[in-house]
Amino acid sequence: MAAPTVHQKSASNPIRKKAKELPFPLNLYQTAVGKKWVMALTGLMLIGFVVFHAIGNLKLYLGAVEHNGEAVWDIDLYGEFLRELLVPLFPRTYLLWFLRIGLIGAFGLHIHSAYTLTRMNLSSSSRYQSKQDWLAANFASRTTRVTGIIIALYLVFHLADLTWGISAISPDWERGEVHNNLAYSLARWWVALIYIVANIALAVHLFHGAWSMFQSLGLNNPRWNNLRRLVAGGLAGAILIANLSFPIAILAGAVEPGEPEISASEG
Amino acid sequence: MSNHLNLTLQIWRQDGPTAPGRFETYEARNIPDDASFLEMLDVVNEGLIEQGNVPIEFPHDCREGICGTCGVMINGRAHGQEKGTATCQLHMRKFSDGDTIAIEPWRAAAFPVVKDLVVDRSPLDAIIEAGGFITAPTGTAGDANDTPIPKEAADSAMDAAACIGCGACVAACPNSAGQLFTSAKLWHLNSLPQGQPERYKRTEEMVETMEQFFGSCTNHGECSEACPKEISIDFIAYMNRDYIKSKRTNRKLAGQR
Amino acid sequence: MVLDSKIPEGPLAEKWDKHKFDIKLVNPANKRKFKVLVVGTGLAGSSAAATLAELGYEVEAFTFHDSPRRAHSIAAQGGINGAKNYRNDGDSIYRLFYDTIKGGDYRGREANTYRLAQVSVDIIDQMAAQGVPFAREYGGLLANRSFGGAQVSRTFYARGQTGQQLLLGAYQQMMGQVHAGKVKLHTRMEMLDLVMKDGEAAGIVCRNLLTGEITSHSGHAVVLATGGYGNVFYLSTNAMTCNVSAAWRAHRKGAYFANPCYTQIHPTCIPAADEFQSKLTLMSESLRNDGRIWVPRDPDEQRRARDIPEADRYYYLEEKYPAFGNLVPRDVASRNAKTVVDQGLGVGPLKNGVYLDFAAAIDRDGLDKVWERYSNLFEMYERITGEDPREMPMRIFPATHYTMGGLWVDYNLMTNVPGLYACGEANFSDHGANRLGASALMQGLADGYFVLPYTIGDSLAGKLGTDPVSTDDPVFQEAEQGVRDQINTFLSINGTQSPDYFHRELGKLVWNYIGMERDQNGLEKAVSEIRALREEFWKDLRVLGNSDTLNSSLEKAGRVADFFELAELMARDALDREESCGGHFRAESQTPEGEALRNDDDFAHVSAWEWHDADTPQTKHAEELIFENVKLTQRSYK
Repeated sequence: MAAPTVHQKSASNPIRKKAKELPFPLNLYQTAVGKKWVMALTGLMLIGFVVFHAIGNLKLYLGAVEHNGEAVWDIDLYGEFLRELLVPLFPRTYLLWFLRIGLIGAFGLHIHSAYTLTRMNLSSSSRYQSKQDWLAANFASRTTRVTGIIIALYLVFHLADLTWGISAISPDWERGEVHNNLAYSLARWWVALIYIVANIALAVHLFHGAWSMFQSLGLNNPRWNNLRRLVAGGLAGAILIANLSFPIAILAGAVEPGEPEISASEG
Repeated sequence: MSNHLNLTLQIWRQDGPTAPGRFETYEARNIPDDASFLEMLDVVNEGLIEQGNVPIEFPHDCREGICGTCGVMINGRAHGQEKGTATCQLHMRKFSDGDTIAIEPWRAAAFPVVKDLVVDRSPLDAIIEAGGFITAPTGTAGDANDTPIPKEAADSAMDAAACIGCGACVAACPNSAGQLFTSAKLWHLNSLPQGQPERYKRTEEMVETMEQFFGSCTNHGECSEACPKEISIDFIAYMNRDYIKSKRTNRKLAGQR
Repeated sequence: MVLDSKIPEGPLAEKWDKHKFDIKLVNPANKRKFKVLVVGTGLAGSSAAATLAELGYEVEAFTFHDSPRRAHSIAAQGGINGAKNYRNDGDSIYRLFYDTIKGGDYRGREANTYRLAQVSVDIIDQMAAQGVPFAREYGGLLANRSFGGAQVSRTFYARGQTGQQLLLGAYQQMMGQVHAGKVKLHTRMEMLDLVMKDGEAAGIVCRNLLTGEITSHSGHAVVLATGGYGNVFYLSTNAMTCNVSAAWRAHRKGAYFANPCYTQIHPTCIPAADEFQSKLTLMSESLRNDGRIWVPRDPDEQRRARDIPEADRYYYLEEKYPAFGNLVPRDVASRNAKTVVDQGLGVGPLKNGVYLDFAAAIDRDGLDKVWERYSNLFEMYERITGEDPREMPMRIFPATHYTMGGLWVDYNLMTNVPGLYACGEANFSDHGANRLGASALMQGLADGYFVLPYTIGDSLAGKLGTDPVSTDDPVFQEAEQGVRDQINTFLSINGTQSPDYFHRELGKLVWNYIGMERDQNGLEKAVSEIRALREEFWKDLRVLGNSDTLNSSLEKAGRVADFFELAELMARDALDREESCGGHFRAESQTPEGEALRNDDDFAHVSAWEWHDADTPQTKHAEELIFENVKLTQRSYK
């Protein structure tokens, strides 16, 4: 392996040693620039997930539809659609699990890179005794770690509430009943509050993360650079509006649990 | 006639690299507002010597904003409040009578305090040493006009090359990252035709040396705000791009041997 | 001792090539057996260290800065000359040579100056290959501008930061050699003495500025690239730490100091604003292309500049020199500014400047055009003074900028001390009595890249098979002890005044008596007053703190001590040179129009001064200057 080694002859003392280089492409993950690359790519995957998740959830507003002669909640149908993705090429739920494993991997790497980079940054910096005056760093960029932790904790709660249906959290949960599970759960004010706080955190995280992703991946062209902030802001805003609409709609009674019925007026 | 200011200074004093430091309060009296910030410190020092107190060590040399020696945190901002200005070019007319000014050295784990406001910035040299050069031994060059360079490319390289190596980017960064310094030098050399043969070797070695000393970039943009030459964080993106490419390219090149 | 300049025989254009063939070479395999100490890492030092290392020598480089990149070469703004004739405007090596000799008022060596012009071409190639982002035309080729009144466009530049970009190029090249293990770099190390053994340079003694440790370093040759001594004036455009100490220590050990009175005063600097002013900032001379220089006719003028009517303004340069007007050479512009200020016509709160007015240019070309040309300078001026040159005229005044004098060297750049070399501004250089704009960068790099690395072999070849003198040798121990003693003296005087105080007072004497205009009376006064102040310095100096940590007050004391001795020599040299030439203007020697009047019969020589001791005046050795190719003429700018 002809990896270049750093021969440093001048008199300064590194604060950390360079690790022994692993084979490509693992070596990319050994440096901070490489880790940021991984963080950006996994972030991109997670953004994709969040976007599709939000779009799927919008089906909540489509109410009930007729399916095989029965009235069913549209969103329940969508849930089943996901489980049956590419059936019969794959058996039922296989592709969904494949995607889920990809997502779990992305989450894992995203969190691990964030953790190790944070450790690195803490060991590199030294606190000012006077108050540092921030000029460019904004609320989003300075709270990325905090919002990340909020999102991770919320994720566990969210899965327990609506995916695993742990009875201590969601006593009314039933497998496959997406509409009702959601409507029962979010009708409780404290769940709605958790949901709202977490999604604000998510939007703030995305606002910095999506912009940061362009820099970390080296996607920079002075002609398009001001678009990057717009894209990040637009994305964060759209996700925020979509995701906050659910608890608000349910709390307001616009979406209610129950048996799906096709209303006559919609005919 | 110029106005005169009376100021209260809170200055970090530290006797040596291992000694504990502390803020000490000094009164700066009757400072003409045409004086530069460093001249204000000169006056304070003259007063200290007169009283028999050891003067404050602070970094400075050319006092015209180009050597990069000076640099302190002034009220929590690297090089003080004026954008695109090194400490030596900051003038007292930017302050008001009665102000309290906190003055602290650059802080980063890789920049240990040498004494008072002076820190050791030799890691910046270590990064240059790792690859911040073009190997063109004296006497080997062809005619300078044999390699035309588009004006825009030369200008862009010059934008990056304007870095004075003061370390304000590291000082202002919450992570003490050295990306702006490193990427500016990388873009200066990597964007020119003369820098191409060593482009990826240089990128890999400089980035990895940088990471032995400094933190990682979280894209706050504080570095560029603090930079007396207003160097853009665009260069950091270019560096990130070149670094990943260097890992592939260098692997390929290694296979040629 | 007869000074042998070792100028080769033969026609001017062939001397350097012939010399390179005639001098001894060191076999490539043997080069690694020689160790060269390079002190200073500016343009000359960095380029020399890098090139020597590339050739195979073992090099140790020393700088007192925290990084080699901080050397003051970095502050040069304007550009670097190169006789490339890329503009096809009739430039040639001979023309650059001729302009330089003439600009130096015929007080430089023909052979050295010609060589400088020859290698100027290679410097541009070398720096472009190093990645220096020189300004370019849209076609991608290098841009040029005319500089300092030159009749051809031969100046290459990188925005207003040419010195920075060239220094970074040379620094990076040296760091490449540090990386390769061929240069050992010592930062924060100040040379405090030259060590001699058997009449030859054996090494140096340094102080580590962070720890105070005194160490000895020995080598087969010592190269001083330690810059000029302009800071003897206290207020100058030099950086705060620029000093003469390395060269002066060498002088005290036997190296002759040549032409110390040749100092260059730059006409367009920002005047001091208050008594605490620590340095003066230079602004590019190009400002004089569009600015009109004037002062009010009435010394008691109270009106604001804009309100003073034309009739009450004294455009002294335009009146006295109708042909050249505001574009007269640096020394003429500077001297005239001092004259009007001395007459009480100065402007500004301290009445220490003259107006440089852009109103006429703005009327003629429009504000946009003028702004486009000078925006960076206008912004710099406004940052420093708080005044907008578009609204009110700039105030300017001359300031010391460059020193043509320095250690005497022969054609090989070796001083009269065998094994001791000087390059860049530290030697007495190729500029004669006055330096042309954009030539300082050229000379530093010429010496470091293309002259010294070849010529040093001539003396090293004879030392093959010898080791450098051991640093355990008594000569090193003695020198170290001397350095320690001096430091202890500074710390134990316990007087009342800071080193800065003495520096400021010395600067006033030097500026008033050995500044732009000198006369016998003033110079004699200077000698005695400098002596008196020096005595006070050794009695009343106060240096606090200790010697084993960073202590800039202590560093300063050593530098000021050497400035005192230098200032006295400057006065003696100026006293001795009873003529006016270039940067040296003796009031007694002027034409009826008040122009500098040379005396070629008696003073067409280099004055090289030999040290005896601190109380005995130096002895002068003259090196006759022989002009075979150019005809000596009197300058006239009427």
